[in-house]
Amino acid sequence: MSDRQGAAVVIIGGGVTGLSAGWWLARAGVDVLVLERGIVGWEASGRNGGGATHVYSPFGLEEQRLWPQMDELLGYPTEYQPYRIGVALTEPQLALARRWAEIGATRGFRWESLDSRQLKELVPIVGDNAIGGTYLHFGGHANPQRTVQAYAWALQDHGGRILQHTTVTGLTQRGGRVTAVETTRGTFDADTVVVAAGPQTGLFADMLGVWLPLAPARVEMIATEPIPLMSCGGVAGNGLYGRQTLRGNLVYGGGPHEWINVPDMAAPDHPNTPLVRNLARRLAELFPGAAHVRLIRAWGGIVENTPDGLPVIDRLASPGNVILATMSSVGFGLSPAVGRGVSELVLHGRCQFADLSALSLGRFAETPADWRDRAGWVSAGAPVAGAAAGDGADE
Amino acid sequence: MSEPVRRESDPRSIAGKAPRPERHVAVVVVGGGAAGVAAAVEAAEAGVEVLLVDENPVDNDTMAMDVPLYFGQRMQPSVRNRALMLERVVESNPALASAYEAGVDVQLGTCVWGAFVNGPTVQELDAPLLGLADERRSWLVGYDRLIVAAGARDVVLGFPGWERAGVMAANAAFSLLTRYRALAARRMVVVGSGSLGLRTAALALEHGVDVAAIVEIAPRVRGDAERARSLERRGVPILTSHTIREARGRVGEVESVVVVRMDDAGMPAAGSDRELACDTVCQAVGLTPSVELLALAGARLRFASALGGWVPELDEAVRTSVATVFAAGDCAGFHDAMLADPALARRQGRLAGLAVAESLGALGRRDAEGRRAKLDPEPPMQPPREVHGHWQAWLRSLIHAGGWEVNVCQCEEVTRRELVETRPPRYLAWQSPQMSARGLGTLLRDGPINQDQIKRLTRAGMGPCQSRRCREQVALLLAEATTTPVERIPLPTFRPPLRPLPLSVLWPGDEPPAMRGDWVSWFGIPTQFSPHWEAGMAMDEPTAHGRLIMSDE
Repeated sequence: MSDRQGAAVVIIGGGVTGLSAGWWLARAGVDVLVLERGIVGWEASGRNGGGATHVYSPFGLEEQRLWPQMDELLGYPTEYQPYRIGVALTEPQLALARRWAEIGATRGFRWESLDSRQLKELVPIVGDNAIGGTYLHFGGHANPQRTVQAYAWALQDHGGRILQHTTVTGLTQRGGRVTAVETTRGTFDADTVVVAAGPQTGLFADMLGVWLPLAPARVEMIATEPIPLMSCGGVAGNGLYGRQTLRGNLVYGGGPHEWINVPDMAAPDHPNTPLVRNLARRLAELFPGAAHVRLIRAWGGIVENTPDGLPVIDRLASPGNVILATMSSVGFGLSPAVGRGVSELVLHGRCQFADLSALSLGRFAETPADWRDRAGWVSAGAPVAGAAAGDGADE
Repeated sequence: MSEPVRRESDPRSIAGKAPRPERHVAVVVVGGGAAGVAAAVEAAEAGVEVLLVDENPVDNDTMAMDVPLYFGQRMQPSVRNRALMLERVVESNPALASAYEAGVDVQLGTCVWGAFVNGPTVQELDAPLLGLADERRSWLVGYDRLIVAAGARDVVLGFPGWERAGVMAANAAFSLLTRYRALAARRMVVVGSGSLGLRTAALALEHGVDVAAIVEIAPRVRGDAERARSLERRGVPILTSHTIREARGRVGEVESVVVVRMDDAGMPAAGSDRELACDTVCQAVGLTPSVELLALAGARLRFASALGGWVPELDEAVRTSVATVFAAGDCAGFHDAMLADPALARRQGRLAGLAVAESLGALGRRDAEGRRAKLDPEPPMQPPREVHGHWQAWLRSLIHAGGWEVNVCQCEEVTRRELVETRPPRYLAWQSPQMSARGLGTLLRDGPINQDQIKRLTRAGMGPCQSRRCREQVALLLAEATTTPVERIPLPTFRPPLRPLPLSVLWPGDEPPAMRGDWVSWFGIPTQFSPHWEAGMAMDEPTAHGRLIMSDE
């Protein structure tokens, strides 16, 4: 049947959330097709700090359970490394680091307080400006680029399909369901559709007449030349998030984001700005022993945020065969668990291992159309384009 | 119906923290070579304020990373003497005097590491900015017009032993010989007999460096026959239909190079290996335009093999696709005639200077036309020839002579085989049947080959030299291994900083208080990391403006 080019599950978006969901489904023997506008993991999924320490999330426990097994489960390396160290240069930073640790403790994980001497022993490049820190016996980090490719390859190994360079242009609805996904490379029938399209997820919601408030922003990261490996590479603080890679590079991001507009399905630019200098300074403050180290690369990425900064992982009431998945800018580390959760929403209509009520779409039912203006989450350029409450759908 | 919208900016966003340039100038010219100086002088003489920056003298530590050129550790210790090198850079470039005379602000020893412009996802900048740096600090400069005259970079190829000190390339040798007078070489083998190779050999001889041989993969000399004969008369053998087998030596230095003749089938001829004593192997296979700054400034690039690879799209007035950005000299397109006659680059530079002055209103149209008419006409010349086929012939010969276990990327130690098999880096020590089944072939089934994707998987091109030594050969190898025309392999992206700079140099001393005070945690939505069992509780103190808009209050 060469002209039936569809799948039981069509996933829109080959980022880390869509790929993980597709991989879990393919493992379960489901016929799955991922449609990706460009190359898999090319946007925020492959451009982030690689952290895997999100125990505050409903997916947090599953995240912690899965990461140590991921290399083996996928059959490809993710560069996962366990544990995190928080470095504080000020009292408020110390309070924040401890708060992170305490959240872990609430969920049964162990952590220790570090004084400045202990910190220096563990992280030789911290300086006398560090006042203390935390050692988390949980959490960790991985290589985002390697991991997204691992999901994609493992998905294919289980019989799933990925179509790259394929942009979705529309959704065919009939009888309260989405029956097909229209693309630049033809129409694909689907029994179930997962929308995991990052900043563009809101545009798809619009097509379906569903209100999903999302505000995209541009964020930046920097990477240094390699330096000798520290015993724990998952060190962060001073408003930065990142890690030392297994190659030895210091890779860190953070700083003021720029709110932007993503008006259509095209891939947004992600240039850097002079913020790379501020990032360099923050990193040199965090690690005075590495102030002489050379910055060799910087990059940017586009993330989307919901009004409360928390994900939406939900199966729509109508059309009833659509699942929306946006991680609100924090998706990489949670991806093993989120993908599993989404696969369960597809297969069972609900997530069996976690309570996702906090991530429901319904919490934004009363969010006004001009919420970005009111929150000040707006671009300095053109006014907010695209999504407005209730007027998104033509049908 | 609804109340007027309250619009206060998010304190955790960039709003109100836009970077301030240290100064703003009408015109910045990047590069103090023939084209750059001519452009600066022309614009300044038209009454425009011009800042001319050139990164020479480059400090020793940067040179040692093969940045910006492939110096191959053949710098004499004198390059550490900044004052002396500054003197030599000025002495070796008499045209600079004309720039000083014309009132151009000339800043030497200053590199450009970034270009920042507004676009669809950046709206914060008041004006286009350049990131500049010297050896101590970095700063920002705003401009109305930018003229890029950044020159060209060597195309280099790997062979066994090319990691040794003493393997270098022609433009770096030219710079060390003529600009710094600090080339630490006694006996050199030159790779390539085109204009670049012949010039390199002649220059070496002039400066007292022996030339053990010129090696050429083509069956005959590619450059001017008369120049080649003159070199042969001076005792330089030219070995055509030859390639490099290996560079040998102890303690990481080049002490000899083994060359081999290639037979009619393009394979190493048995018994033809020959070892030539030398301390330096100078690759002079070709140059490619240095377009990284143009790319960052947003200029559209196109592939033109006859111009050395990726070049900016230019109109008659050497203006790029960005109305405020112009390009002149080798970075706008390199071919042999540019090497033979610096007047070509000068002419392009003057065109750029005039175009800039005209676009800023410093020159009327008629005046500009008049000045353009007075420029020497472009001399008649042969249309430049395509170069990538020749580069691919070199690469093929090096693969046949040296095999697949040769680093294509020195910084990250990625071999040709690891590249085409898309192996994860060796330090991961990863083995799995799934991984072994993957390679360029399986990637190709999923879409066109993409150098950035291969880079992420293999790390080829991710090292401190910022892929200066491997960018072109990775593209050539991918083209070769997938039988893709090299122009179909997308140019990998350039990212700032365009030079590897210490964190302490990039450090901004002038951060506004808001940049420090409002930068607390990653991203900074108050409830972003709050436990789901404490819904709505902020991780850090929400500020007055940081409130969440969840409902119509």
